[in-house]
Amino acid sequence: MTDRQIMTGDEIRRAIVRISHEIVEKQAGTQGLALVGIQRRGVPLAQRLAAAIEEHEGVRLPVGALDITFYRDDLSLVAQQPIVKATALPFDLNGMTVVLVDDVLYTGRTIRCAMDALIDFGRPRAIRLAVLIDRGHRELPIRADHVGKNVPTSREEIVMVHVEEIDGADEVTIGRQDRSAEPAAAGRQ
Amino acid sequence: MSVETAATGATPARRMAPAAPTSWRHRHLIDVDVVTWPEIELIMRTTDEMKGVLARPIRKVPALNGRRVTTLFYEASTRTRVSFETAARNLSADVVSIATATSSVTKGESLVDTIRTLEALGAEILVMRHSVSGAPYLAAEVFGGHVLNGGDGWHAHPTQALLDLYTMRQHLPDGDLRGRKVAIVGDILHSRVARSNVWSLTAAGADLWLCGPATLLRGMDRWATAWSGGTIPGHGRFNVTSDVRAALRDADVVMALRIQRERMQGGLLPSLREYAARFGLNAERVSLARPEAIVMHPGPMNEGVEIAPDVANSGRAVITEQVANGVAVRMALLYLLAGAHEAARGHEAPRTSEAAGTSEAAR
Repeated sequence: MTDRQIMTGDEIRRAIVRISHEIVEKQAGTQGLALVGIQRRGVPLAQRLAAAIEEHEGVRLPVGALDITFYRDDLSLVAQQPIVKATALPFDLNGMTVVLVDDVLYTGRTIRCAMDALIDFGRPRAIRLAVLIDRGHRELPIRADHVGKNVPTSREEIVMVHVEEIDGADEVTIGRQDRSAEPAAAGRQ
Repeated sequence: MSVETAATGATPARRMAPAAPTSWRHRHLIDVDVVTWPEIELIMRTTDEMKGVLARPIRKVPALNGRRVTTLFYEASTRTRVSFETAARNLSADVVSIATATSSVTKGESLVDTIRTLEALGAEILVMRHSVSGAPYLAAEVFGGHVLNGGDGWHAHPTQALLDLYTMRQHLPDGDLRGRKVAIVGDILHSRVARSNVWSLTAAGADLWLCGPATLLRGMDRWATAWSGGTIPGHGRFNVTSDVRAALRDADVVMALRIQRERMQGGLLPSLREYAARFGLNAERVSLARPEAIVMHPGPMNEGVEIAPDVANSGRAVITEQVANGVAVRMALLYLLAGAHEAARGHEAPRTSEAAGTSEAAR
């Protein structure tokens, strides 16, 4: 089964620029804003959002990286512990508006874990959510504030976001689950 | 006593292995002999993140929420036991602590019965210390969960070896031990810390020197000779000597081991004073090591015997760092072991081949 491309590199770039404007518009400025990418592919997306905001607002927002492994609720369901990746929040969260950034919003469980983790670091004034792809099938009452592209999917399908920083090229593809032996796909919640 | 001077081997093939993280496949951790180098690096990386957790405002994560960790210590210990229990609590595990002095063990209950009882009471991870070498292998045979060795007899103390390795890596450029001289001085014969450190430090490519009075090195020279014969491909060889100056000269790491009075039967040493005079780490001897060398001790210390108070309290000593790193290393191991459940059951090699361990460690 071949994967079908649903976003090109250019489309990803335009979506990032649009979301960057939306984030600033919603906050009515850049004051008190911070971006936190969820490991792994949320992290480069957060950095790109920060670069886009710097370009049109002239302000560099603080960017952090969050690994949610220790907060997952499915550790008893996976055969082996996921590899822990770095968490780096080099700023004080207290009173900030934190925009969580991830590549794909699916069940919502990753985002729940991310909110739990963030709140252990401090008390943000608000937590918002920006995702490149919203593919539906939520299992928790969570929605994104900013979405690059809404993609109706079936549960058997796998949405893969590729970013240049990790995968060598920018694109979003959709495929079937029978190739899910791929660790990147199996690791996503 | 033979003194090997040949270079310690660091095999390029193993080092060139991609940085891609390996996964954890061990149901138990009884010694580091069966742990491969990529798995040790996974432990080190996971420990880095656990250090990050310990630096947070809330030093606790829910990773092992609802999992039950039981500590069963048949030997006196404060730091190891408290370290394990702190580590388990930092991961939100439920901790049950069995002190054998106040348990049914004093009524004659056997190790196997005790372990079966603890399992029936819900223990999932059993952290165990026992005075008999090999006792954790027996425990692993009867226990349905995970056994984590907190020290058994003279045999092994894997978490100590791993926290020692972690601490050394923190103090060496790029965390690289290849070719770095590590001198361990003291009661090698009775030391499970030394034995476990042989596995992990030779795997790291260190130039390892074990030093002590000949009576406290018995058997180690044979081990060292077998090593240099290429028993375990990819491991550096290690050296055994009673010449403390040769062991300390230009060392990057100096580790003192406790002179274990409780195990000192049969006149292995004329007196503690004589030991201190000939082998104790004093300022003059430590000055033979490199200027930036660190001084380690697994504790508890007999100041004035194996280590002089001014050395133990000097700027080179990283002894309290070892204790702090111990919590993070044990968090990492509890986390990794807890994942190797259900699916991994029965996949571990049986006791005999695990005890031999050599073929697996070579992979």
